[in-house]
Amino acid sequence: MADLHPLHVTVNGQAHRCSIAPRTHLVDFLREDLGLKGSHLGCEHGVCGACTVELNGQIVRGCLTLAVQADGGSVQTIEGLSQSGVIRDLQQAFVARNALQCGFCTSGMLMAAKELVETRPEATRAEVREWISGNYCRCTGYHAIVDAICDVLRQRKETQA
Amino acid sequence: MKRDITNLEPGVQVPTTVAPVTEDQRYIGASVPRGGIERLTQGLGQYIDDIELPRMAHVAFWRSPVAHMRIKAVHADTARAMPGVLLVADGHDLAKVCKPWVAVLGHLAGMKSAPQHALAVDRACWQGEPVVAVVAETRAQAEDALQHITVDYEELPLATDMETALDAATPLIHPELGDNLCFTRSLDVGEVDRVFAEADAVAEATFEFGRHTGVTLEPRAQIAHWNPAEQRLTVYHSFQAPHMMQDLYGRQFDLPASAIRVVCKDVGGSFGIKVHAYPDDFATVALSILLGRPVKFVADRLESFTSDIHARHHRVKARIAVNQSGEILGFDMDDLTGIGPYSMFPRTSAIEGNQVVNLVGGPYKHKHYRAKLNVVFQNKTPTCQYRGVGHPIACAVTEALVDLAAQKIGMDPLKIRELNVIPDDAYPTTGASGIKLEVLSHEASLKKLRELMNYDALRAEQAALRQQGIHRGIGFATVIELTNPSAAFYGVGGARIASQDGATVRLDPEGDITVLVGVGEQGQGTEGIYRQIAADAVGVDITKVKVLTGDTDVTPYGGGTWASRGAGVGGEAVLLAGQALRENILKVAAVMLKREAAGLAVRRDRVVDAATGEELLPLKELGRVAYFRSDTLPADFTPELMVTRHYAQRDYPFIFTNGVQASYVEVDPDTGFVKLLKHWAVEDCGRVLNPMLVDEQMRGAIVQGIGGALFEECLYDDAGLMLNANMADYLVPMSAEMPDIEVAHVMTPTRSSKLGAKGAGEAGTAGAPAAVMNAINDALAPFSACVHSQPITPEKVLRALGKVV
Repeated sequence: MADLHPLHVTVNGQAHRCSIAPRTHLVDFLREDLGLKGSHLGCEHGVCGACTVELNGQIVRGCLTLAVQADGGSVQTIEGLSQSGVIRDLQQAFVARNALQCGFCTSGMLMAAKELVETRPEATRAEVREWISGNYCRCTGYHAIVDAICDVLRQRKETQA
Repeated sequence: MKRDITNLEPGVQVPTTVAPVTEDQRYIGASVPRGGIERLTQGLGQYIDDIELPRMAHVAFWRSPVAHMRIKAVHADTARAMPGVLLVADGHDLAKVCKPWVAVLGHLAGMKSAPQHALAVDRACWQGEPVVAVVAETRAQAEDALQHITVDYEELPLATDMETALDAATPLIHPELGDNLCFTRSLDVGEVDRVFAEADAVAEATFEFGRHTGVTLEPRAQIAHWNPAEQRLTVYHSFQAPHMMQDLYGRQFDLPASAIRVVCKDVGGSFGIKVHAYPDDFATVALSILLGRPVKFVADRLESFTSDIHARHHRVKARIAVNQSGEILGFDMDDLTGIGPYSMFPRTSAIEGNQVVNLVGGPYKHKHYRAKLNVVFQNKTPTCQYRGVGHPIACAVTEALVDLAAQKIGMDPLKIRELNVIPDDAYPTTGASGIKLEVLSHEASLKKLRELMNYDALRAEQAALRQQGIHRGIGFATVIELTNPSAAFYGVGGARIASQDGATVRLDPEGDITVLVGVGEQGQGTEGIYRQIAADAVGVDITKVKVLTGDTDVTPYGGGTWASRGAGVGGEAVLLAGQALRENILKVAAVMLKREAAGLAVRRDRVVDAATGEELLPLKELGRVAYFRSDTLPADFTPELMVTRHYAQRDYPFIFTNGVQASYVEVDPDTGFVKLLKHWAVEDCGRVLNPMLVDEQMRGAIVQGIGGALFEECLYDDAGLMLNANMADYLVPMSAEMPDIEVAHVMTPTRSSKLGAKGAGEAGTAGAPAAVMNAINDALAPFSACVHSQPITPEKVLRALGKVV
C-alpha cells in the first residue's frame, strides 16, 4: 500500500486535517474516517448515485472521486444539508409524498434534487425525470419522487414571486 | 424529547365503501405520512454497513471464476502473511462448524437437490460460488489479501442450457441425483385435447423470459458476532425474515435458538432477494465463531450479480382455445425453467415454476387446463423467489394468449376479458388449476379501468395517430396475486418458516403505546400501517405510537416479510392486540372509576363515557395509577397493560387479490425503441390501510415489472459466465424512461380476518410485463409482427419486424 497523503478538507463547514491512503475514495473517507454514514455505497462504479455528495458546490459521485481530489476543497453531505436546513423543503416533500421507501437512495437523490431546484427552477416534469436519471431507486417507481421535486419547484417559485 | 414522528398530521378519512373496523377509526384507510422516515431523508438511517462494532473484522470471498470446477488446492500462505489478515478458511474448514443443507420441500413430491456448504467443498458449481474466505482487520486488507489467494482447479464439463439439461449427453451436475431434474409436475383437469379440437380458434406461442435479479440498492450485508463468553450469537442482517434465520443458524451450527439473536435494522431494498439463506451468510457466522469476534460481510455490486439469487428464467410453450363468441375454453402449457446447481435454502427453487402452473389462466372461468413443468439444474447462479414469484410469467403467458385469441376471432382485447373473467358474484370458487379463490373483483376492476383510462377515446387517438405513421399500442393484464399465505405454503413441506405472526401492544405510563411486531420494515411502510392500526385499535393519537420490529430477542415470533403478508397477517395481529389492550384499559378504568367497563370507551387518548363522549380519565392518568400507585387499586386486581396476540390465516392456502393494468406505448418501427407513455393500475387489496403507501407499492412494483419486460437480463456466455454483472451493463428502469402511473382502488375485504386487508406488494410486478408486452404487440399489429421474448429489446422488435435477421 502506498504511503499516506496529507489531506486538508472542509466537510459540512468543519475543517479536517488528516493523512489518507491515496486510493481512498471520497465516500469511504466520509463514511469510515468521519463517521458520516448518510452517503451510501450502492454500486462502487459510478452508476447508481447513492453516494452522491457535493464537492465545491457541484454534485459528484463519492465512489468515483478520490478523497485526495477533495484536498483544499469543501464537501457537503446529507448530514450538513440537514443541519443547515437548506433542503428542508425537499426533505419534507419527500416525506409528504412518500417519495422514499427503503431510503437507501434517498441521500443521493436529495443531493441531485437540490442541484436541480437550485440550477433549473423552471424544470418541467419531463426534465425532472431526466435530471434524476443518474440515481437509481428500486422501490418507488420514481413517480412520487418526481411529484415531490415538482412540489418544491412550485413552492420555491411561489415564495419568490 | 423530540420524536421522529412530528411530521404526522391527523388522518383525513378517505371515502370508503368498507365499514370501519374500529370504534373511532381515524387513521386506517387514510393517507397518513409514514412516521420514522424523516431520519432516512437526513442520512440518519442505520443499514448494516453503517454499523461498527468493537474488534469487528471484515470478510471478502474468493469466488469461483468458472461455472464448474474441481478444487484441487488452495494456496493461501502469502495471503495469510498480508497485513491485517486474521484468518483464511476454505470449505473443509467451515464444514467443521457448519452442517450442509439440502433445500427440498416435502409437499413438492419427488423434488430433489444436493447437499450445499457454506463454502464450496471440493467442487464449485457456478461462477460466483464462494470458495475461500479471507478475514482481515479492514475490508481493504481483506481485498488486498484476496489477490494473493491461488486456487488450483480443474474445469469440469458444464450443463448450462436448460433446454438440453435433461439430455443423455449433458453432464450431470450432481451424479448422485441420477439426472439434472430438480422437480417436475403435471396437471391435467381433463378433456383438454377435445376442447382444443372443437374450439373455433386456437392460438399458440412460445414465450421466453430472461433471467433477472433484484438489484437491491443496498447489497446483501451482515455482521455476525459470536461472543464466546456468553456463548451467544448476534447477527445483524439486512434481511426479511429474522426468526427464520435464527432457526437456521441454530440448526446448521447446533446452537439452541435461545443463544441466537438476529437483528434487522434499516433494510435497503429486499424484494425477495433477502429472504433466502445464502452460503456466505453461514460462512460469515462460521468465521465469527472461529475467530470469537464480530465479522462483517457486505457484498460488493459485482459479487451481488453472481451471488444474489436470480429468477424468472423460463421457456413456456402455451396455447389457448376459444369460441367465436369469445368464450375461453382452456389453456395448455409447458414450462421449462433452469434454477442453477442447487435449490435455494430453505424456500426451494421449485416454488416459482410451481406457481406458474397454479396461476396460468387464473383470472378466467375456463374449465380445461393442462400444464407440464420441468425444473432443471444448470451451472449458473441459483434462482429462487423474487418479487411476484411466478406471477409475471403466468400473467404474461395468459394475457398474451388472450390477446392472440381476441385477434383471431376479431374481438376487442378489453371486451374478451370482460366476457371471461370469473364474475364478482361467483365467489368463493375454485380456479381450473385448483386454486381456491375467496373473493375477487375482476368485473368491478375492469369497469373502473375502462373509465380511468378513457378507453374509447384512447383507441380513437391510437387509430388517428396510426394514420400519421405513429405506432402506439394499448395492452392489458388481468392479474391475480396470492397473499396472506397459510402454512400450506411452506410449513406443510417441512420448512420452518412461520405463517403466523404476532404483535405485542403496551400502554406505557405516560399514555404512549409501544408496539412490537414480528414482521419488519423493508421500506413498504409496514411500520407506518402498524402505527395507524394500533392508534385506531387502542384509541390514541398516532403520534403516541412507537413501533419496534426486526429483533428476535424482542418481537413476537413471526414469519417476516414475504408473499405480501405484512398488512394481512402482521396487521391483523396488531389489530387484535390493540383491541385486547383497549379492553384491558377499560377494565382498569372501570376499577378506577367504579363504573361498568361496558359503558366506557377509549377515544383520543382518553377514557370516555361511551354514550355521551364525556371525558372521564386521560390515559396518562390511568397509566400513572396502574404503574406507580397499585396501592390505590383493589388487592385482587392487577392491571395488564401489555398484551400479545397472534394471527395465522387458516381459511385458505392463500388469500388471492386481483387487479388489472393497462399500458400505453409507442414503438418506433425504424429503431425498435419502445417509449412508455402511460400506465394505469386498478388494484383490489381488500381494505386499503393507507392509499398513498399502496399507490407507491403498486408503482414501484410496476416499474420492477417493466424492468423485466424491457431491460433486465442476466446474460451468460456458453461457458456459463455472466456477461453483464455490473450496473452499467445490466439495465434497470430509470426515471426518464418510466411513465406516470395512475392507480385506483377497488376494495373487497377478505373475510378471513377482521381487518380485511390483503397484500399489495407484488401485483404490480405480476401484471406490468404482460401489459407492456401486449401494448407493444398491439402497436406492431399493423406489421403482422409480434414479440414474446422478454426483455423486449429494440433488437428483438426489429427482428420481429424482419428488419434484423
